[in-house]
Amino acid sequence: MNIVVCVKQTFDTEAKIVLDGSGNIDGSAVKLVINPYDEYAIEEALKLKEKFGGDVTLVSMGGERAPEALKTGFAMGADRGVLVTDPALEDPDEWACAEVLAKAISQIPYDIILTGRVAIDDGSGQVAVRMADALGVPSVSCIVELSVEDGKAVARREIDGGTELVEVCLPAVLTAQKGLNIPRLPSMAGIMKAKNKELKKLSLADVGIDASGFSRKMSVPKLSLPNPRKGGKTVPGEPAEAAKELARLLREEAKAI
Amino acid sequence: MAKGIWIIVEQSKSEIRKVSLELLSTARAIADKTGDPLVAVIPGKGVSGLAGTAAAYGADKVVLIDDDKLADYTTGAYTSALSKLIRKEEPNAVLLGNTAIGKDLAPRLAHRLGVGMASDCVGMEYDEESFLVFKRPIYGGKAFAELSACERPAIATIRPNTFPLAAPDEARKAEIANESANIDVEDLRAIVREVALAASARPELIEADIIVSGGRGMKGPENFHIIEECADAIGAAVGASRAAVDSGWIEQKFQVGQTGKTVSPVLYIACGISGSIQHLAGMGTSKVIVAINKDPDANIFTVCDYGIVGDLFTIVPLLTEEFKKLV
Amino acid sequence: MNFDLNEDHLMMREMVRNFAEQEIAPGIEERDELEEFPEELWKKCGELGLAGVTFPEEYGGVGADYISYGITIEEISRVDASLGVTVSAHSSLCANPINIFGTDEQKKKFLTPLATGEKLGALGLTESLAGTDASGTQTTAVRDGDEYVINGSKLFITNGYYADTYIVTAQMDKSKGHKGIAAFIMEKGTPGFTFGKKEKKMGIRSSATYELSFEDVRIPASNLLGEEGQGFKIAMVTLDYGRIGIASQALGIAQGAYEAAIKYSKERKQFGKTLSEFQVTQFKLADMALQIEAARLLVYQACQLATEHKPVSKHSAMAKLFAAETCNKVATQAVQILGGYGYTREYPVERYMRDAKITEIYEGTSEAQRMVIASHILKEF
Repeated sequence: MNIVVCVKQTFDTEAKIVLDGSGNIDGSAVKLVINPYDEYAIEEALKLKEKFGGDVTLVSMGGERAPEALKTGFAMGADRGVLVTDPALEDPDEWACAEVLAKAISQIPYDIILTGRVAIDDGSGQVAVRMADALGVPSVSCIVELSVEDGKAVARREIDGGTELVEVCLPAVLTAQKGLNIPRLPSMAGIMKAKNKELKKLSLADVGIDASGFSRKMSVPKLSLPNPRKGGKTVPGEPAEAAKELARLLREEAKAI
Repeated sequence: MAKGIWIIVEQSKSEIRKVSLELLSTARAIADKTGDPLVAVIPGKGVSGLAGTAAAYGADKVVLIDDDKLADYTTGAYTSALSKLIRKEEPNAVLLGNTAIGKDLAPRLAHRLGVGMASDCVGMEYDEESFLVFKRPIYGGKAFAELSACERPAIATIRPNTFPLAAPDEARKAEIANESANIDVEDLRAIVREVALAASARPELIEADIIVSGGRGMKGPENFHIIEECADAIGAAVGASRAAVDSGWIEQKFQVGQTGKTVSPVLYIACGISGSIQHLAGMGTSKVIVAINKDPDANIFTVCDYGIVGDLFTIVPLLTEEFKKLV
Repeated sequence: MNFDLNEDHLMMREMVRNFAEQEIAPGIEERDELEEFPEELWKKCGELGLAGVTFPEEYGGVGADYISYGITIEEISRVDASLGVTVSAHSSLCANPINIFGTDEQKKKFLTPLATGEKLGALGLTESLAGTDASGTQTTAVRDGDEYVINGSKLFITNGYYADTYIVTAQMDKSKGHKGIAAFIMEKGTPGFTFGKKEKKMGIRSSATYELSFEDVRIPASNLLGEEGQGFKIAMVTLDYGRIGIASQALGIAQGAYEAAIKYSKERKQFGKTLSEFQVTQFKLADMALQIEAARLLVYQACQLATEHKPVSKHSAMAKLFAAETCNKVATQAVQILGGYGYTREYPVERYMRDAKITEIYEGTSEAQRMVIASHILKEF
């Protein structure tokens, strides 16, 4: 089984967000990690490989530091990687990412494509679904259970208020939600072998995209930081008294109940 | 002539979901400025009964797409039906709730139409030059991005509870149109085998007006009834911090935070939650935050509107009793 | 000279740290309280390759260098010094002598399952009359045809009872003193090989420490490690490398205690300020950081020498001595910073303090390390 996993390098969830002089996010001092949801996708891919054989190819886009994220995936057990890296891809929107990834993936054989349900940096959760459309394959979002048999995937996905079981023909794109599995730690041997795995770097031209005709579909975002919330009132008194006063404040002052 | 602002209406248990009504309410005001007709598009099976409510909340026109193949939501069938209609009518904007369906449908629709999209917006304003300016959280709410679509339609999903509900005008009438679904066969490669909805009388976490959440301070799964009782006293949803979920005390679907659900209720009551940066990312847009924690130095006290320093096992049950007196 | 860890090392550190924080940390207080050996965690160590970091791939190991090993033991011990010594004793004291002195056949048979973590290893060296002075060995071995017959007992054996494979030293010719000692590979379950009492210890309480007892234990001649009479040398070389493990364990304890202290000092308020705002606390923390950094450099230097197959004896003794003394100072200061809370089991620093003491005692006391260092420097001068 040819399994493709799309991974993105993101800021660590602990990272503090700071804007530089020109209003862009300053990522220079930030620890970068593999998008946590993509780790669930890698784990699921490795489990499929263990069951059905075949191999796991990581596909990513990014700059200089992106290979670090791929190396984490290699250490977990992925077999090879494809990284699309191009100066024209400095600030792609979701449409562009989906087009690039779809072009890169269409160059390799695939039976199933897994990725995280959302990247924790831009939080848009669009790219995987768009990519499925670009590839002309179905997709199932936000899966918490997966079984594959006879060219079909049966996935349980999270919906509002519950779950549903969706059967889909392969190839398909499936996006991983927390709860799908517990990603393995890379082993010592996995780490030692990671640097020897094949990482193919491709430019936009290599995937058949003309960088000059590549424009955004959304305006370049104007960034701002949230107004910091200030700590409010501490409701004093003995527990019974404080609880009573809090209920009163919520009703009369905050009008929240 | 303006071509319309479309709201893709979602239903649940034969009623229009609250977030769709919020979108109709807020888009009504925008449509009044732009002169666009406000169109409620309702895909599904047996949806004609919903037209009246859509009209009451401001729709000028209700488009019903009634089809057996739309009875269960599947990405492909909905994309196929809606993208064809959008191509035909060329609306200026298509808005969806940032729900499980909205999050899955909107990107596929946008890609099929070859346009951009803004996800999980917590703000939307009309602007003469760029039409709609969307504001959306990035880095789990640690920053915000404002952006607009370069082409039409402008597509966005809007976070539930972002906009207030208008008062419905039951006398309001809308033009009703029926459209056929016209689904391509290659968009029917997924089928829903089973839907399992949790048998809970509590509101859906992402749409709830009030959420009562428990964290590490709950000490164990056996204590979550304290949170549930408090929630039930005021019709609230139950939430949890990552610490409580990762300890296995409560299911993952209750997790609020950067790697859980992002919520924006009117009132968020955090019990025994220290207030990590990741948790704040998931609930920082709540209108009123209450913290109950025994540690006076807990970070949650730096962001809450009201705080009680004390033992949640004593305070929360007392608060529950007080709430019962109020409602 | 380059003080940077390479990418592999950084990734290994992150992996072991995640493992320690996510999987070793839960239940640690209970294991300490109940003196419970964590068999499941040991299995997990094996799966992650932590049981055979430095051993060749052909014998089931990872084939990594000694810095990787040092980092492994340090990161485990930063959270749980008991599991730290379990892995260190297994690797350094049992698998390593087989790797250095074993025949290809012995390595295939004994090293491979040890390196994969399928089996746990231990060294039976110390006896009631042979502590720092290993030449006092009373356990005897007698050749009988294709077998050796072993009689005697061993004391304070780390991983005893739980280990599958033991290196045991025994006297074959008392007249030759330490040159009469031989080392053998003995398997659990061999008739006559039994376990005595489990020691009740001050610290590292969830590591297993047992007495071993041999009554006419017959082992095949092919289980002789090295040659007859080489046992003392094997033990000394083993301990030279073993000190790297204990030095790393001590470093991890120091790091863990230091982090607990610094975290507490930034949270705890007295007189309206956090403890960390008081100069008296700052000076304590600065001294802790300084000693840990110095210890780390000594430990990594010893690791690097071992990787390059250069003599390690002096440097591993220095690293072990300094790191052991450092972790005792740091853990004691950490308890002091936490005050009354630090003395209770609600916080981990009292455990770090109890765990720290043994690093000045086992695999050569601090006094023995000074003897080793002195003998080297006097020879060199």
